[in-house]
Amino acid sequence: MKRIYSVSVENRAGVLCKVSGLFSRRCFNIDSLAVGETEDPEISCMTIVSSGNQRTIEQIEKQLNKKIDVIKVKTFEEKDSISRELMLIKVKYNRGTRRDIMEICEIMKADIVDMSNTMMMIQICDLPERIKVMLDMLKSISIVEVARTGTLALPKCVDN
Amino acid sequence: MIGADAMVRCLENEGITTVYGYPGVAICPFYNSILDSKIQTILVRTEQNAAHAASGEARVTGRVGVCAVTSGPGATNLITGIATAFADSIPMICITGQVNSELLGSDVFQEADITGAVESFVKYSYLIKNVEDIPRVFKEAFYIANSGRKGPVLIDVPIDVQNAAIKSFKYPEEVNIRAYKPTIKGHAVQIKKVIRELEKAKRPIICAGGGVHLSDAVQELRDFAHRHRIPVVSTMMGIGVMPTGDPMYFGMVGNNGKAYANRAMNESDFLVMVGARVADRAISQPDLITTNKILVHIDVDPAEIGKNVGPSIPLVGDAKHIFDDFSRQEFECEHEAWIQTLEGYRETMVKKRSPNPDYVDPAAFIEMLSGEMKEDAVYVADVGQNQIWSCNYHVVRAGRFLTTGGMGTMGYSIPAAMGAKRGNMEKQVVAVCGDGSFQMSMMELATIMQHRIPVKIIVMKNNYLGMVREYQHYNYKDHYSVVDISGGTPDLEKLASAYGIPFIRVENMAHASEKIAAFLKEDNTMLMECLVDPMDLVK
Repeated sequence: MKRIYSVSVENRAGVLCKVSGLFSRRCFNIDSLAVGETEDPEISCMTIVSSGNQRTIEQIEKQLNKKIDVIKVKTFEEKDSISRELMLIKVKYNRGTRRDIMEICEIMKADIVDMSNTMMMIQICDLPERIKVMLDMLKSISIVEVARTGTLALPKCVDN
Repeated sequence: MIGADAMVRCLENEGITTVYGYPGVAICPFYNSILDSKIQTILVRTEQNAAHAASGEARVTGRVGVCAVTSGPGATNLITGIATAFADSIPMICITGQVNSELLGSDVFQEADITGAVESFVKYSYLIKNVEDIPRVFKEAFYIANSGRKGPVLIDVPIDVQNAAIKSFKYPEEVNIRAYKPTIKGHAVQIKKVIRELEKAKRPIICAGGGVHLSDAVQELRDFAHRHRIPVVSTMMGIGVMPTGDPMYFGMVGNNGKAYANRAMNESDFLVMVGARVADRAISQPDLITTNKILVHIDVDPAEIGKNVGPSIPLVGDAKHIFDDFSRQEFECEHEAWIQTLEGYRETMVKKRSPNPDYVDPAAFIEMLSGEMKEDAVYVADVGQNQIWSCNYHVVRAGRFLTTGGMGTMGYSIPAAMGAKRGNMEKQVVAVCGDGSFQMSMMELATIMQHRIPVKIIVMKNNYLGMVREYQHYNYKDHYSVVDISGGTPDLEKLASAYGIPFIRVENMAHASEKIAAFLKEDNTMLMECLVDPMDLVK
């Protein structure tokens, strides 16, 4: 089972290490991990995507809550959240492939953000599964390097 | 005033009277400042034992134990002691000196990333970079260590921070940690639910763990068990929650415990696990304690509940508060037949030992020793066969039984006994170890003599690492590998005399009684050697 944990933590040195160390020590999976400051500079938000059985999912939340630097843990399923991932891909192109690449970008709503005579860099921000499609499409061309943020997610907007 | 003075002032504010440790350059400012304080220092002979001693003190006093060592190897040597305390949830503050903060990360002499290294064995850790943070950090550290699920907290202080001038020292009166608010009071609805189910139960039982000692709930639990006539078993860490001879006590559970205790727990229809983490040695088959019964799991740490076994009624809170709340509930329950059944088990399911008369029989010896010890004495068991014999045959009356159940760290008993004695100099303290564990901590005889800490030490000598030998006996068909220590164990009589410690040897049970009486007679340090059959087994 897949779960997304949105974890508010104290924005202090070493906190990322404490949280990631907890996952490795307890043999919990990390599918992806993204960290960034929130609107309050004292608080960072970690978005962790993890999977496991019911017991593991419950333990992850409890063990995270036990960490003194962890302020709040929100656990939710993919269907209850809006999730996005950002990817930058550098590809090699030639006259034969340039058009194809541009078409793929158009279909996938990706942007070409940098270019040289032999390479271009593409930016895509989309659902994690669409990122995978984009990557698969470009694999057949010639990928030079890839950087991904990992999933960012927040629970859907619900009026109380 | 400098940082080091502030550190000492913080300890004074917390009522600390003893610091166990070992100095080095990086902690010298602290040890310089402590000379101007009433706090006493105990110089151990290796850092690990400073942590064990602080643990022993913490366990008998209920206060936080403090140890202080230097950076690098001093700090890393402390790790096993910290991990031991963490596994048993013992409140402790570990102060480590650190290299100059400007040099951090550059691998200078005696630099070790100790906060990183201990991350998975501490409840929390601090690296102080600003001298003005010292009072707040110490206040928080003591609060974290001794509240909720207790545990060790490490404070790493670079030498320049210890030497820096502090503008004004004010020890905070309150702690406010945004993300740390342990649940102490049990949920009222859950408490009522427990009582409703208990009323219906035909075969109720309480399994008490170390958490009952840690939350000082011993009396509350005993009162509740007696008032409603509910049988009690315990884990290894829960030994002493009930006096061994209490009619309502049915022994220690687990693969090294009493068969009748395990049977009682498995056959119950209503089981209250309190302050116990359902670890493998106590509960080897978690499904047995959930099938056909209501399982109530009480723990102050929510993460323990449901970790190893899924309870029917989870109850988060401090055991003392929860048993207090239980006692306020008016209800009747009736299960005399169940008690009679358990009494039958307790009488008949006793393993017959066939001791070798040429040696000391550990079972008979420990029973005899318990009878001769003062009623409120502290018995500290080490790790190995001696520990299992101690658990099974020591008779707790009004005293404490200390051992390391979680980590099983050999060499725990002597330093922990030192700390326990320092914590309460009036009490009789007896450490019981094997010849293997003794040799892991015998350097502390020096500490004991230097600081005049009158603890009694018993070494069960069988020339083997007995617990491993027994394991190899059962699992490797007597194919013994690296367990024979016969060639190297020193003559303990000569060793004792080298330290100026009186010595008694017990060869067999013939004069054991008089020898025990002589051993316990005075409040002094003594070493007793018991010759145990090398082939004796705990199972």
